[in-house]
Amino acid sequence: MGMTLTEKVMARNSGRESVSPGEIVEAAVNVAMLHDVGTPGVQEPLKALGVSTIPSALEVVIIQDHFVPAPTVKAAENIKLTQEYGERMGIENYYGVGRGGICHQVMPEKGHVRPGEIIIGTDSHTTTYGAFGALGTGVGVTDMAIVLGLGKLWLRVPGTVRVEITGVLGPAVSAKDVALMLLKEFGEDGLLYDSVELVGPAIDSLSMDSRMCLCDMAVEMGAKFAVVPPDEKTRRYLQGRTRKPFSEFHSDPDARFERSFQFDVSNLKPLVAIPHSPSNVEELDRIGSVSIDQAFLVSCTNGRLEDLRIAAGILKGKKVHPRVRLIVAPASRDVYLQALDEGLIRTFVEAEGTVTPPTCGACVGGHLGLLASGEVCISSSNRNFRGRMGSKDAAVYLASPATVAASALAGKIVPACRAKRRGAGRDPREVLS
Amino acid sequence: MILKGRVWRYGDNVDTDVLYPSKYLVTFDLSEVGKHALEGLDPEFSREVKAGDIIVAGRNFGCGSAREQAATAIKAAGVSVMLAESFSRTFYRNAINVGLPVLVVPGIGKLCAKGDLLEVRLEEGRIRNLGSGSELQVAPLPDFVLQILAKGGAIPYYRERMAPHGRVQDKTTGVR
Repeated sequence: MGMTLTEKVMARNSGRESVSPGEIVEAAVNVAMLHDVGTPGVQEPLKALGVSTIPSALEVVIIQDHFVPAPTVKAAENIKLTQEYGERMGIENYYGVGRGGICHQVMPEKGHVRPGEIIIGTDSHTTTYGAFGALGTGVGVTDMAIVLGLGKLWLRVPGTVRVEITGVLGPAVSAKDVALMLLKEFGEDGLLYDSVELVGPAIDSLSMDSRMCLCDMAVEMGAKFAVVPPDEKTRRYLQGRTRKPFSEFHSDPDARFERSFQFDVSNLKPLVAIPHSPSNVEELDRIGSVSIDQAFLVSCTNGRLEDLRIAAGILKGKKVHPRVRLIVAPASRDVYLQALDEGLIRTFVEAEGTVTPPTCGACVGGHLGLLASGEVCISSSNRNFRGRMGSKDAAVYLASPATVAASALAGKIVPACRAKRRGAGRDPREVLS
Repeated sequence: MILKGRVWRYGDNVDTDVLYPSKYLVTFDLSEVGKHALEGLDPEFSREVKAGDIIVAGRNFGCGSAREQAATAIKAAGVSVMLAESFSRTFYRNAINVGLPVLVVPGIGKLCAKGDLLEVRLEEGRIRNLGSGSELQVAPLPDFVLQILAKGGAIPYYRERMAPHGRVQDKTTGVR
């Protein structure tokens, strides 16, 4: 019997001819990604494990993104520890403050994500790398210590769920709305322990930025991996970013999928996740009038160039509602530079938004835009759990960058349907790669 | 491993932000981490929890972030085993890795109420309510996972398996 993309990669990395869902294997890990929370955390288990060298085959990437620049002395100590560890171990792929940005943008952008590889990160949104046909998943610090010490990890082979997306996305919706649609369908645990393979004409038509957004959100449905089979767009993105050879894998025609689904997105309307769960999804026009205090265009889900272009297209020449704070963070240094060149940053500042450095910031409840009690935020991020972005009495609504920008102007949650969506004379879906 | 303890009951989709709020992510000191267990969910828990207590939850316990402290904090607070309809995958493996037994038990919600005394026979997958006498039988954990738990977590497990030159000796887990 054939194997799925996921099973093929897991078999190859565990030195096996084939694997079946449910088996536990010890698989070689190709890339380990640590951030400024994972790196300090991994020190204790590493010491306990008693291994002081990193296997030569393992590519280690360290990216400071969560609590940077340090908002507290404790965070500063962690950044110091992270830097010391990077220097001590001679980590070449080290991205400090001002050099990188949000890990799940920096990783693909700098060529650390390649098809057919297993990438383990100290962050749940490591599923993002599936956009390139890689198996990416998040772990805790004990797992990461084992990866750093032994270059491998115990993993249960997940069943693969095939999700085919057909139809053509309308102008008012984007990959984020598709992600929210899937969340509405599957709930917070509908893909628990599964690898979800995203296929179909609508996926083919998505840019790499959009595919990353979808794979990023898959973890909110419980998925272990989310994969998009590599294609010409994947190869084009990778060109000039990596010199390492890689293998593309595709599911066999007779592969066994645990479950299969098909969705048509032609009539998809803008969606919003209402507090306090990402799966608590409603059509935007059904939530009534919701006034907002903050509009947040930051995160590994939607802080990429494509997202900034869409938002700038809506905000250009206008002013954010007087009682709303608009906070924008380009997802990385490269995105920031490109946004500067295209005049997007100017558009945000002229609209009276504030642009912060690339960081997870308030998305992870860290800094740069925490919410007070009773406040309401429309956010392009991935989680609206109670207390996630500050006060436990604040309310966070999740939506697309277009909805966030339109809502910032209106002072309440509105769709972007009627707003002008084309920024800087470019197609907002066009991706720089 | 036979575990006995009092039950704490929680619902579905308990997320890591309430289990261990983000503001403590910068902390890894065990005694400190333990004090914040379930802080955003149930303030009574950290005040009243006793060594050996058992947490019983609904579906998708520990969803959200990959932070290991969500599991470490529960173990540090003294909880002996967690039983749930299902766990998020990151919480599940973090718990096993830090030596906190976790067992998927469909129907556990109906077996017990808060404060009940439970007995859990981990290797057999058998759960008994010592008050009512009712029992549930589930598939036990895979051998590989039981071996990790028997050693007190993944670090001691791998440490023991490593040869003096720092490599793991056998390449397979022998687990299907």
